[in-house]
Amino acid sequence: MLSLRQRTKLLRELPLYVMLIPAVVLVIIYSYGPMAGVAIAFQKFVPARGFFGDQDWVGWANFRTLFAMPNIWPVIRNTVLIAFSKMVGGVVVPVTFALLLNEITNITSKRMFQTLVYLPNFLSWVIMAGIFIDILSPSQGLVNTLLGKVGVEPLFFLGNPSLFPATMVITDIWKGFGFGTIIYLAALTSIDPALYESAVIDGANRWQQTLYITLPGIMGIIVLMSVLSLANILNGGFDQIYNMYSPVVYSTGDILDTFVYRLGIEQAQYSLSTAAGLFKSGVSLLFIVASYHLADRYAGYRVF
Amino acid sequence: MKTSAARRVFVVCNTVLLLVVAVICIAPFVNLLAISFSDKVSVAAGDVTFYPIGFTTVAYEFITNTAKFTQSLVVSFERVALGVPVNLLLIVLTAYPLSKSVREFHARHIFSWFFVVTILFNAGLIPTYMVVRYTGLIDSIWSLVLPTSVPVFSVLVAMNFMRSLPKEMEEAAYIDGANHVQTLVRVILPVSAPTIATVTLFSFVAHWNSWFDGMIYMNKIEHYPLQTYLHTVVVNPAEFLRANTDLTGNLAKYLTLISHRTTGAAQMFLAMIPVLVVYPYLQKYFTTGLVMGSVKG
Repeated sequence: MLSLRQRTKLLRELPLYVMLIPAVVLVIIYSYGPMAGVAIAFQKFVPARGFFGDQDWVGWANFRTLFAMPNIWPVIRNTVLIAFSKMVGGVVVPVTFALLLNEITNITSKRMFQTLVYLPNFLSWVIMAGIFIDILSPSQGLVNTLLGKVGVEPLFFLGNPSLFPATMVITDIWKGFGFGTIIYLAALTSIDPALYESAVIDGANRWQQTLYITLPGIMGIIVLMSVLSLANILNGGFDQIYNMYSPVVYSTGDILDTFVYRLGIEQAQYSLSTAAGLFKSGVSLLFIVASYHLADRYAGYRVF
Repeated sequence: MKTSAARRVFVVCNTVLLLVVAVICIAPFVNLLAISFSDKVSVAAGDVTFYPIGFTTVAYEFITNTAKFTQSLVVSFERVALGVPVNLLLIVLTAYPLSKSVREFHARHIFSWFFVVTILFNAGLIPTYMVVRYTGLIDSIWSLVLPTSVPVFSVLVAMNFMRSLPKEMEEAAYIDGANHVQTLVRVILPVSAPTIATVTLFSFVAHWNSWFDGMIYMNKIEHYPLQTYLHTVVVNPAEFLRANTDLTGNLAKYLTLISHRTTGAAQMFLAMIPVLVVYPYLQKYFTTGLVMGSVKG
């Protein structure tokens, strides 16, 4: 029997539980439901028998088949290579531009630059891919037209396997660096101006000030952003690559997510595709947990 | 401080470099716009760079007269009109209880983890697809709304904002005899305008830009939202003109004036407009929203 005190307390908390009901129900169905559905990776899944139907369990057989496929290792290598290059570029480029932009004293020009470079962040990869496919076209595109004027032979950015990964990395940084630049610029403005004043008195030049005051001043946020990006080690960028790749560049451009998609949706190999997806999610989970742990430890950042 | 010669050289180089980068960032959009307003011959010759050649609005006329574009636009509006309010309602209803301390809401930690687990672990494509299929949402607009109805990241942003509010406000409401619903509606929501704006924008941009769910959950092309339809245009540009050969009357006239590049550019540009319209607000709220979201309680 609850005491009166406990009962009033529970009664007071009751509306909080009621408020959570709709979200909890939807999350159980659409997030936890699929989590239970990863069982498909361990079954010989026949859709007609239903999600909770009588499926044949096959243990790790799907994973053995998956890792015996000739193209799985190139796909993993492509994924890590593209994702890692994006992670590095995604920190270095915005930090550089934040530092350069910080040297601009005119506020209006500073604002205008931010406005211009931040916009592509909010456009979908479908639109961006449409634009990039057009301007990178070897015959009629803007980039090759301009390159032609300085005597460079047309480059097939999206059709040449040795150019494709670099094109993905560069266009991804192009689309995303405005956001990082704004984050780092905000961190730069929070550095105490007194530090610079005393450095000047000590005879430090601009370069020394950047090296010994500015960079250490934003190191915390650099570490935080880098550590959090670790979680993306297996995210090659499905939206981007799926809209821009073609079979000619599969050798260097096919990533785990596109592989999972083709296997699952196009070839209806549900069990194999789920196994590949589960492999990705499992590895990503390790990296996410590790990155949150590192972020908490070294940058005092907590998600909640 | 005296400016040295080296400093002046740096300032000039830096300004020039940033200008060049700004131009590189904006050039593709200007090129897109120029192509969409140019005639097909100049575009095919590669003459069009940053201004239209042979100015014409025929690509836009053609698009606005084709059923596919307008149909998918309607689906996208429908999706935003349903999806954003559903997101918003669930974000508020979830963030408020989670913003309470454990003393006020004993199950707080359990529920926080319940939601955060969904960010940590992604079940993957096929299991998600199967759930949507078995819940009967294939070819329904709700397949674009319900699976993403609880954006956990936005919940965390809103929760952190509510936790940063002075405790005295709620205590005063409690002493005045307000229950949780009254406190939320009359005290918390009115002061949460910035965070509501942030998560609304998150939600709008996410719904407007999503294309993949439309592609896998919709079997019929007439159910595709705009971005999914544009994906078909991007991967198979010539298909658009071929698929619209059922246009009667003016078709022949149009086909001599447009190409897949001019119509493609015009469609991309039209799809950008809603984002351009909210862009000033995005700039204002997006970053501050993220910063608020990362403040720990």
